[in-house]
Amino acid sequence: MNTMIERLREGRAAPVKRALRDIFSWRFALLIFSALIVVYPLLWVVSLAFSGQQSLTLVQLPQDASLGQQLLALIPLPEQWTLDNFRAVLTEQPFLRWIGNSLVVALATTLVGLTLSCSAAYAFSRFRFTGRQRGLTLFLISQMFPAVLMLIPLYVIVVQWLGLGNSWLGLILVYAITALPFCVWMLKGYFDTLPYEIEESALLEGASRWTIFIRIILPLARPAIAVTGLFAFMTAWNEFILASIFMDDESLYTVPVGLRFFVSDYASEWGYFAAGSILVSLPVILLFLSLQRYLVAGLSAGAVKG
Amino acid sequence: MANIEFRGVSKRYDDGPATVPGLDLEIRDGELMVLVGPSGCGKSTTLRMIAGLESISSGDLYIGGHRVNDLPPKDRDIAMVFQNYALYPHMSVFENMAFGLRVRNFPKLGIERRVQEAAETLGLSDLLHRKPGQLSGGQNQRVALGRAMVRDPQVFLFDEPLSNLDAELRVQMRGVIHRLHHQLGTTSVYVTHDQVEAMTLGTRIAILNGGELMQVGTPLELYNDPDNTFVAGFMGSPPMNLLQVVNDGRQLSCDLLTLPHAQLQGLNRELLLGLRPEKLVYASSAPANWPRLTGNIELVESLGAEMLVHLRVGSAQLVARLAGLRAFSLGDALELAFDPAALYLFDGASQQRIRAGNAKAGVSQC
Repeated sequence: MNTMIERLREGRAAPVKRALRDIFSWRFALLIFSALIVVYPLLWVVSLAFSGQQSLTLVQLPQDASLGQQLLALIPLPEQWTLDNFRAVLTEQPFLRWIGNSLVVALATTLVGLTLSCSAAYAFSRFRFTGRQRGLTLFLISQMFPAVLMLIPLYVIVVQWLGLGNSWLGLILVYAITALPFCVWMLKGYFDTLPYEIEESALLEGASRWTIFIRIILPLARPAIAVTGLFAFMTAWNEFILASIFMDDESLYTVPVGLRFFVSDYASEWGYFAAGSILVSLPVILLFLSLQRYLVAGLSAGAVKG
Repeated sequence: MANIEFRGVSKRYDDGPATVPGLDLEIRDGELMVLVGPSGCGKSTTLRMIAGLESISSGDLYIGGHRVNDLPPKDRDIAMVFQNYALYPHMSVFENMAFGLRVRNFPKLGIERRVQEAAETLGLSDLLHRKPGQLSGGQNQRVALGRAMVRDPQVFLFDEPLSNLDAELRVQMRGVIHRLHHQLGTTSVYVTHDQVEAMTLGTRIAILNGGELMQVGTPLELYNDPDNTFVAGFMGSPPMNLLQVVNDGRQLSCDLLTLPHAQLQGLNRELLLGLRPEKLVYASSAPANWPRLTGNIELVESLGAEMLVHLRVGSAQLVARLAGLRAFSLGDALELAFDPAALYLFDGASQQRIRAGNAKAGVSQC
């Protein structure tokens, strides 16, 4: 009994002790170190964007700079804060048009990708047909190769055979299809967790497979569809290599391709580049935040008592 | 309203052994047939074949006189209540109950009226706008019942509907289902592994074991007149005591007693004697000509109004259900007696009942 009381008394101090021990452990040090490595380049981008200048050097060092001054120059702090770069990117450059292009391509990719992957994933999850296992395996295998490997075949197929070079449709098709394997696996995994009895019950009530898919499965799979849609959107939004190869016309560029031309053999407008990069990541961040409540899946909780 | 008839219906998956090897069974119009048996006995498969969720490998299934082997589930006019409720979690209680009518294009007013009626019968009127996730298990199962009711189907199927509920709710829901069946008179098939549910709900009970139909009858028929040791052991709690006895042509004997028996010729040497726990009484209050046995008390389970006394008699173990309460110490010797007319005789090899009427043997002539 006495030992129990002692243990209870210790119990209150224990969390504080544990937290202190964690903070001074090597794990914590490692985490802080890795976080710095990740954050440092981002800080540079932010500083460059708000510096209002185009050069990579934020601080003008004198010839005979001391070691202290040199170290200080490593800290990315601009001499002045201004929105000039953002203003220039949005008004003087065709940046808004590129954003628009990217939005069209990414939204269409999401739509096409989700339509295809939802129906495919449902079939893979619920029906037993010849080639089912093989199809799933093929999808997995396709994920094992780096995307660059598909560059040449995709160029041949899309540009030379289909004649869809320099068009949005070509990009949308390629993006939707390259995102498909991941999306199908993701959605299939979620469909598998939805209790089959729900569908059997609906079948007995007279609903067709299509009604069940539209009115029961899709609403229940909203969290998974949100995540998958986000993935498809980001695939298209961030993609650079394919877009830079397929698109020739500057007015049809997507944002990543356009950004590239701020820093090239003929120009080095690092300030524009940084400001553009920040603007590009905003939609994705907003999308992420707005879908957050779906990302915490839990809609089907309570459907079935385990 | 419809009857259901199985004619040599069997089910096998791929090339494995048959889950249901050939079932002949008639479920009469308006009765509540309970399919009961241990897990893996094929009762759920049988139910799912009626629903059309499971294909029939061979044989014929008739509902209301029509062969339904190839009829898809939605055309069988059947409603089913699942063990895990299988409600649509994103729809309100009202929408859940209305769904079946909606997809069948019922007029809107009719849907409203039917759902309201069903909700009232089941005490769900205040919950119509809630989602299943906000309801308790018992309420969810009532919604599932309501969803089945509103469609007024030919047949109700219940697949272990009370297994997920706690003991108190189970008794309560048993009452609800019982009343509903009386009120609606719809042919129902009810699958359970719980013999108490089977006894209390069934108009008739079909006992299955390993896919084979062991016996069909009213609860009392099965209880009082079991065809084999499986039925004898399954119905009743605690189950019937079964004692191995040796038949030497004149009498039955085992460690604990010897019974003279009139007609033992032609019977196997190894037999089983069955005796219900409640047929054992204190020797002191029994007629002098009843056989007696003495055993040592191994365990006493007191249920308040009665006790279950576990006795070791020689190498055998017996359970007696004795009225009242008495203080016993473990290991005490206790003398009990029983009415020889209450004995059941089973064949040791086939486990089949040997009935008095079939001229081979007569237990009552002990």
